Amino acid sequence: MTATAEKPTTHRVRAAKKAKTQLSEGKKQERKLGWLLCAPAAIVMVAVTAYPILYSVWLSFQRFDLKFPDQREFIGLGNYITALSNQYWWTAFGITMLITVVTVAVELVLGMALAWVMFKTLVGRGIVRTAALIPYGIVTVVAAFSWKYAWTPGTGYLANLFTDGAPLTERASSLAIIMLAEIWKTTPFMALLLMAGLALVPEDLLKAASMDGATGWQRFTKVMLPVMKPAILVALLFRTLDAFRVFDNIYVLTAGSNNTSSVSMLAYNNLIRGLNLGIGSTMSVLIFLAVAVIAFIFVKLFGTAAPGSEEEGRR
Amino acid sequence: MAERSRGIRRRRRGVAALAAVALLGPAAACGGGDDGGVPELNVYYAPEQNFQQVVDDCNQQAQGRYRMVYQVLPRGADEQRVQMVRRLAAEDDGMDVLGLDVTWTAEFASAKWIREWTGREKDEASQGTLEKPLESASYEGKLYAAPKNTNTQLLWYRSDLVPNPPKTWDEMIQLSQDLKSQGKPYEIDTMGAQYEGLVVLYNNMVASGGGKMLSDDGAKVEFDQGAVDALRTLQKFASAGVTNPSFTNTQEDGARLQFQSGNGAFQLNYPFVWPALQEGAPDLKDKVKWARYPGIDAGTPSKVTIGGYNLAVSEYSKHPAEAYEAALCLRSPEHQLFSAINDGVPPTIESVYDDPKMDEAYPFKADILAQVKDGANRPITPAYQNLSTVLSATLSPPADIQPEQDAKDLRGSIQDALESKGVLP
Repeated sequence: MTATAEKPTTHRVRAAKKAKTQLSEGKKQERKLGWLLCAPAAIVMVAVTAYPILYSVWLSFQRFDLKFPDQREFIGLGNYITALSNQYWWTAFGITMLITVVTVAVELVLGMALAWVMFKTLVGRGIVRTAALIPYGIVTVVAAFSWKYAWTPGTGYLANLFTDGAPLTERASSLAIIMLAEIWKTTPFMALLLMAGLALVPEDLLKAASMDGATGWQRFTKVMLPVMKPAILVALLFRTLDAFRVFDNIYVLTAGSNNTSSVSMLAYNNLIRGLNLGIGSTMSVLIFLAVAVIAFIFVKLFGTAAPGSEEEGRR
Repeated sequence: MAERSRGIRRRRRGVAALAAVALLGPAAACGGGDDGGVPELNVYYAPEQNFQQVVDDCNQQAQGRYRMVYQVLPRGADEQRVQMVRRLAAEDDGMDVLGLDVTWTAEFASAKWIREWTGREKDEASQGTLEKPLESASYEGKLYAAPKNTNTQLLWYRSDLVPNPPKTWDEMIQLSQDLKSQGKPYEIDTMGAQYEGLVVLYNNMVASGGGKMLSDDGAKVEFDQGAVDALRTLQKFASAGVTNPSFTNTQEDGARLQFQSGNGAFQLNYPFVWPALQEGAPDLKDKVKWARYPGIDAGTPSKVTIGGYNLAVSEYSKHPAEAYEAALCLRSPEHQLFSAINDGVPPTIESVYDDPKMDEAYPFKADILAQVKDGANRPITPAYQNLSTVLSATLSPPADIQPEQDAKDLRGSIQDALESKGVLP
């Protein structure tokens, strides 16, 4: 919006300045009002997000365990060395990456199919769309409990589907169940975002392509996907950030036993159960950094932009 | 997008809530409970079916000196601790009497969240109280809580299959293998999931064999030969083919059900299994007998881990004097007897065991008393939670224990856990 005002070409400087002063009365008032209107929200945002984030960064530089209040001291990067040289952290990191990559990839494929169905349905469109969104509407913890009971021998209908044992007591099967629960839960969200992308594809373009002899697959890959790219990237970004912070499903399904902890589980265990504010905050900061890196990669390298914004929103 | 707009809405709602609190704050404060002159004490205690009656009875006895409100904590021990810890870390002055698992007392004391017991109150809390439970309520030579109830596991066995109960683990494993080869029920059912129950099982073996995990002051790792031998015993037990197939995922109630279903010849579990057996397996009840928990050497009686709850007074309580009095009432001999009979929790005051009313609810009271007297506390250290997490992670699954290697790893990771330096799994 302000790009033209801030980067005037040299020969237009005078004119622009003139324009600025001309506009000043109305513009200034508007701008002031704008700031006033968003100030309360901005202040609350700073209070509830910036302060805790900075505080946890501050805590991460300290040896601080609630059990030993007298031993609190500043130790610089000591906690980071401890966390990053620990096998539990890297195991959890690997698990988190695995869950993120697998679930997001599967969700993209299933979400696309679901979006197609929701988009193309002619009969009972409302019912189809509502039904598809039900998993996303159920509270994660509640859904996780039903998965847990379903996979527990004795109470569940799924437990003895593949083996006689208890699937949630072994690592591989536990991870598979966690990922299944995640996918089931968030595919509708993916589909919803992708459906918005589908709506962007002009019908004429598809018709023209088929006139030119493009097959269905070619129309999909050569026409629809390029047009949908912004929507797909946004969907992937949101889901990746979300998947990296996976917590509820693991907490309920395995509580991290058999090495199934994600980084968020590990941070919770050290912070809340271990009362170790130093190490726990360090992990929270590391998760924050990892999420920031993911967002950076998506926005800068893939050029993801907020939906609705045009070119200028991208950089 | 849905996520984002939900977030914004939540934040907006948050602002509205903040504003509402700011407006209503003063009015709400006026409506608080203390203005009637009777101090209101909040008792945070685990769910216990008939505990409300004890609270009511104490309120009546207090004749207006205080009025307790029973705030029921979640059922799981972890959730109980987390809820209290979060409130205490925020210096919540709405907590007065806290029900602490025996393993948390040192932690809460070290964090300066609970008050020391001194003078008359200390005398009353220690008078006639069994030594081991009292030890669990002490930290660095000071008393920080009043023991409310204790607990210990017994050996339950099928007297129709095993005429004489085994005295040692080796003997029990041998008996079980013999029964297995004869095609009879043979399982030794107990807790083997990766949680506190597994640590208790291991601690029983360490203590019975005279071993030590920590130095006496709880500050340093010791992990002597006895502790290494206990790793060997646990590994042998888990790999001898005598456990239930889901041993590595079994907690207290799971072990009870496995035994009740008739596959078990032995069960190592808390006394709650007895009333459940009377109702759930009438055909077994006359065949099942109890004995002392098995030890390591035939000549040395076993030393078994004691559990239970202690009552502490919060540092941030506004009515500490009344809170001490209320805590003492909740654990008085008459109320311990009531709780033992109605809720099945073994008393910590020795004289209560002599009451004839105990005989019916607790036919095994003599064995419990003997085991509690010789009992073993888990290591008393503020970092017990860390220690337990590290231990259960290393011990699970028990069949895969490599005694020498695991002992070496544990010496390092336990020392880190004690100094809160390491990362918890």
